[in-house]
Amino acid sequence: MKKVYEHPKSLKRAVFHYCPGCGHSIAHRITCEVIDEMGLQDKTIGIPPPGCSVFAYHYFDVDMAECAHGRGAAVATGIKRAYPDIVVFTYQGDGDLAAIGTAETIHAANRGENTTTIFINNAVYGMTGGQMAPTTLRGMKTTTTPYGRDHVIEGHPIKMSEMLAPLEGVAYIERVAVNSPANIRKAKKAIAKGFQMQLDKRGFSMVEILSPCPTNWKMTPIQAWKWVDEEMTKIFPLGVYKDVTEQKSAD
Amino acid sequence: MTKVLMDGNSAIGEAAIRAGCQCYFGYPITPQNELTEYMATHLSRRKGCAFVQAESELAAINMVYGASVVGARAMTSSSSPGISLKQEGISYLAACELPAVIVNMSRGGPGLGSIAAAQSDYFQATRGGGHGDYRTIVLAPSSVQELADLTMKAFDLADKYKIPVIILGDGVLGQMMEPVEFKKEAPSVLPVRDDSLRGAKGRPSRIRKTFTSNPAELEEINWSLFRRYGLIKKEETTCETFMTDDAKLVVVAFGIAARIAKGAIRNVRAEGLKVGLLRPITLWPFPDEAVKEVAKNVGHFLVFEMNMGQMIEDVQLSLEGKGEVSFYGRPGGVIPNPSEVARVISRLYYQKGLK
Repeated sequence: MKKVYEHPKSLKRAVFHYCPGCGHSIAHRITCEVIDEMGLQDKTIGIPPPGCSVFAYHYFDVDMAECAHGRGAAVATGIKRAYPDIVVFTYQGDGDLAAIGTAETIHAANRGENTTTIFINNAVYGMTGGQMAPTTLRGMKTTTTPYGRDHVIEGHPIKMSEMLAPLEGVAYIERVAVNSPANIRKAKKAIAKGFQMQLDKRGFSMVEILSPCPTNWKMTPIQAWKWVDEEMTKIFPLGVYKDVTEQKSAD
Repeated sequence: MTKVLMDGNSAIGEAAIRAGCQCYFGYPITPQNELTEYMATHLSRRKGCAFVQAESELAAINMVYGASVVGARAMTSSSSPGISLKQEGISYLAACELPAVIVNMSRGGPGLGSIAAAQSDYFQATRGGGHGDYRTIVLAPSSVQELADLTMKAFDLADKYKIPVIILGDGVLGQMMEPVEFKKEAPSVLPVRDDSLRGAKGRPSRIRKTFTSNPAELEEINWSLFRRYGLIKKEETTCETFMTDDAKLVVVAFGIAARIAKGAIRNVRAEGLKVGLLRPITLWPFPDEAVKEVAKNVGHFLVFEMNMGQMIEDVQLSLEGKGEVSFYGRPGGVIPNPSEVARVISRLYYQKGLK
């Protein structure tokens, strides 16, 4: 009989605390599958953020180090510089990476740190109860944009993949989604590519994952999955924003 | 061993390298730039070592956190406004029981303040500084030689107690040049702590974290930290006493202020006034037992600080109401000379009828 699914070795057998329809659990699982398939479980350190995925260390069965809100890229830098043999990934939300940690993210990318970032974009602060994120869409209602995000007052959704891609230290950036089996397969490939870039010492890699948050979007899981396709990808188009694979190594 | 002439900031850098410091992360701010530059020159190309000029003090302290997670000896330095920014990371280091050495070549405040030497960061350094219940070991050198010695000691203390250690200097100590002798050679094999995260090879995966949804668990973490702080207080409290044996009045001062006070005490001793000095070397833990001991024979204390009166609270707490405490403070980066302090001492001496 053909085996179609196996519990990843590097995913602990714990029950996810995430809401039904949330993208985090899928992003966790495919990251763990990549870690297994690339044989990285015993040489990886993961850096989870404050936010809904603060308990990621209950799920990832690799060494994990909690860090302060937004500082993932700096902590990853410290780890990688002190011990270059380790594989480091940060797992960050939109508030973490694109608001409070913008400076750390941009400069780690620009330095070309050999680290991989899994960037969960769900357009909202999830754990704190659904406030506006830097990636909240125009017109979108959140607890701190109760009248809908008005760009004149609250600014525009920030596009991190587009912003970071031109930096010379960046090796690979792709925006994916986890709202359909086909998209999940693409997302997994992108994560694998990100880790490969790190192993090849090509520089900073990031996979931005559009991730449904039915609870704070006030939708059913199915509505949320559709909303990713119909609304989010208009502002955050899926695709590869940077890939230096074909270029000669910088060294 | 031969002595070399060095500025204080560079001496810290050399001492750190000889103590096996592998990683330095910094951000420019006066008056500590010579240390960052020393590490760029002497550490950045060393085998197994790393130097990063970070994008901010926040990033620098979080890089220290990362390096400490993987078991490296790591250090950062800054001056007062930059140290405020590092408090977030220091709280996390303390919470996660991670060693680190943080140098504060402090300057006048509040705000952007001035670049002149001051001691206004005493409270921030000795009360934890960031959010939450925690302490850091705080070392207060008063010469370039002591900067070097205490830097080496700071790395050992940090590792021994799994705690961030603050070296609280000031602009004068950082900038002035003195002969210094380094009492250690740099190790050829760099140390790695055995509780570090380096990938779960042949062992279960490890987690470095503090966040918990269970307050009882966090309470236990706090209890555990404070049990260790009790041990540090017992084992590591240090101070210097100078001419206290026959003293009727004792000046309490730390760092560069103690150096100035020593000059002042020599001046007034020449005039026959029996004055001594108590100089805390560890500001936290504060040498309260030593203060109590001196107070057995001395009724009058003069606390001299280059701030508006911060350490005076620890002196008063140590004395538990015994003895009389006076204060002379110069905030904002003003550095009095020994003769000014001598005048304050002798005025107090005569006013209190000690002659």
